[in-house]
Amino acid sequence: MSDSPMDRLAARAAGATPDPVARRVRGLSDRAIAWIFITPTILLLLFINIFPLLWTIFLSFTNYRANRIARGWEFIGLRNYQRVLTDEDIWYTLQVTAHFLCWTMVLQILIGFGLAWLINRQFRSHSLFTTLILLPMMLSPAVVGNFWTFLYQPQIGLFNYVVSFFTGVDPSSFQMIGDVQLAPWAIIIVDTWMWSPYVMLICLAGLRSIPDYLYEAAEVDRASPWRQFWHITVPMVLPFLMLAVLFRAIENFKMFDLVVELTSGGPGSVTELASINLKREAFEKWRTGYSSAFALILFVTIFGAANIYVKALNAVKNR
Amino acid sequence: MSNSAYSVVTTGVWGRRMAGVVVIGYALITLAPLLWIFMTGFKTPSDAISYPPKVFFEPSLEGYVNLFTTRTRQTPEYMASLSPPETWYEELVRSREMVIAGPSKFSERFLNSVIIGFGSTFLSVFLGTLAAYGFSRFKVPLADDLLFFILSTRMMPPIAVAIPIFLMYRRLGLSDTHLGMILLYTAVNISLAVWLLKGFVDEIPREYEEAAMIDGYSRFQAFFKVVLPQMSTGIAATAIFCLIFAWNEYAFALLLTSGTAQTAPPFIPTIIGEGGLDWPAVAAGATLFLLPVLVFTILLRRHLLRGITFGAVRK
Repeated sequence: MSDSPMDRLAARAAGATPDPVARRVRGLSDRAIAWIFITPTILLLLFINIFPLLWTIFLSFTNYRANRIARGWEFIGLRNYQRVLTDEDIWYTLQVTAHFLCWTMVLQILIGFGLAWLINRQFRSHSLFTTLILLPMMLSPAVVGNFWTFLYQPQIGLFNYVVSFFTGVDPSSFQMIGDVQLAPWAIIIVDTWMWSPYVMLICLAGLRSIPDYLYEAAEVDRASPWRQFWHITVPMVLPFLMLAVLFRAIENFKMFDLVVELTSGGPGSVTELASINLKREAFEKWRTGYSSAFALILFVTIFGAANIYVKALNAVKNR
Repeated sequence: MSNSAYSVVTTGVWGRRMAGVVVIGYALITLAPLLWIFMTGFKTPSDAISYPPKVFFEPSLEGYVNLFTTRTRQTPEYMASLSPPETWYEELVRSREMVIAGPSKFSERFLNSVIIGFGSTFLSVFLGTLAAYGFSRFKVPLADDLLFFILSTRMMPPIAVAIPIFLMYRRLGLSDTHLGMILLYTAVNISLAVWLLKGFVDEIPREYEEAAMIDGYSRFQAFFKVVLPQMSTGIAATAIFCLIFAWNEYAFALLLTSGTAQTAPPFIPTIIGEGGLDWPAVAAGATLFLLPVLVFTILLRRHLLRGITFGAVRK
């Protein structure tokens, strides 16, 4: 602590001023103030995050059911984990999540980067339209998702009408939400509509961080626009794009609100993402111990994958 | 290509125009669903479900009236026995052969959203500012680990957090209370608040406080009189982000509230009319609920990038 510029200044001030003043400059020790400032936050997190997390870990080793308190519970060791990992429904739900995750990421990268690349050409009033495009992502996913069920109505919905207007298909001949084939795409479309602007905004920051002289140098070397794109634009934007994907992937892996309101996992369970399945197990079937184990497996998966990904991101950044 | 004025940095006029056309086209498509919500709110129920979808229609406030009231259908004899309607909305409801039975729960739920939103925003910004200053200015043991731990609380799926919170709140009597929801949203938002605000504090030169302290200010005085005023923009931006999160949150509200503390997001989709969802009323509720966020987003646009990346990307 003693070598921080703060302390050196304080020491110098103390040497130059009479004793009472010096004491006032010091006041409470820095260490005391630091803890006074940080402790409330840590306490809140202990109360609402750490303690519940420990409790979840504890519950995952029991057969506790939250709707039958009187029945009691007992330790069943790792049996919950064993059941989760051998449950076919769980693997199906993870497959559904993976499908959703992959396609939303691919579409959002393409649309987000494409839009950013176009906006970066700074046509007239580009900043107005950038702001307009950003609007959907700040809205309540549940309320918006609920309204999309109206847009997806086969007879009266705007979406079906627009599709039929451009393709000539009868608007009442397909149901985006009720059809087993189409429902997974219905949720991908809404998520992409909502979150492509997110990727766009971060890519735009990446594009704007590229110094002009790189392109000027490439121009002097007579590099084609194609080569400039792949050798300057893409590598320079990549760390930003990867960061956007990290945040989006975490969010979409946990996706709940938007999809629950859109399809509530149906038809059947073709859109039942991991979080929706977890909600069913925990708050409808009340298998508290079992769902705690599943929740922890999901958390460890996200946490582990994010850590590995951040290492890759840092490698790209420091290249 | 041989033109020496050509540069990728400043695209040619045609390239720029094409880019403009595509982006504006995308903006229009992306705004269409929002515009449709707004328009549906002003349609009559029959206009809302007409085929083909009506773009031009005679505006009606029926959706808004239905949103704020509960109504019962009555027999023609009963309707004839009533005294003439006193207000325009009673008249509107009676033209549908119904009478107003009382106010709906919407305004209550909306108020809950306001109370819980502002309460948790205040708390998380207050705690977040102190913690951010602590992390930014002092050597905190294990600071990086603590900061990462604060961030990692965001990686838990909300449902996973909800299981123990549900049990804990049930035991503590916090289920379906404003206080319980405020504490929960504060805990979720604090990670964002600390990370964002730390970025803002880091940008204020330490020399300002050090100069103030040489002039006789204590550490606290320097914090309140020198640092806080410099942070005001950052605090405002952070507050808006926290508010929008609490405002939009759905999973916890769905699982942990049912009546007194229920917020608007789980409520709006349940607005039912005769024979299914009352779409104009749902759209009216959605419009009133989404509008504040639209305004805030526009106010916030300069800080948006920072907020959505937890301060990782700054312009």
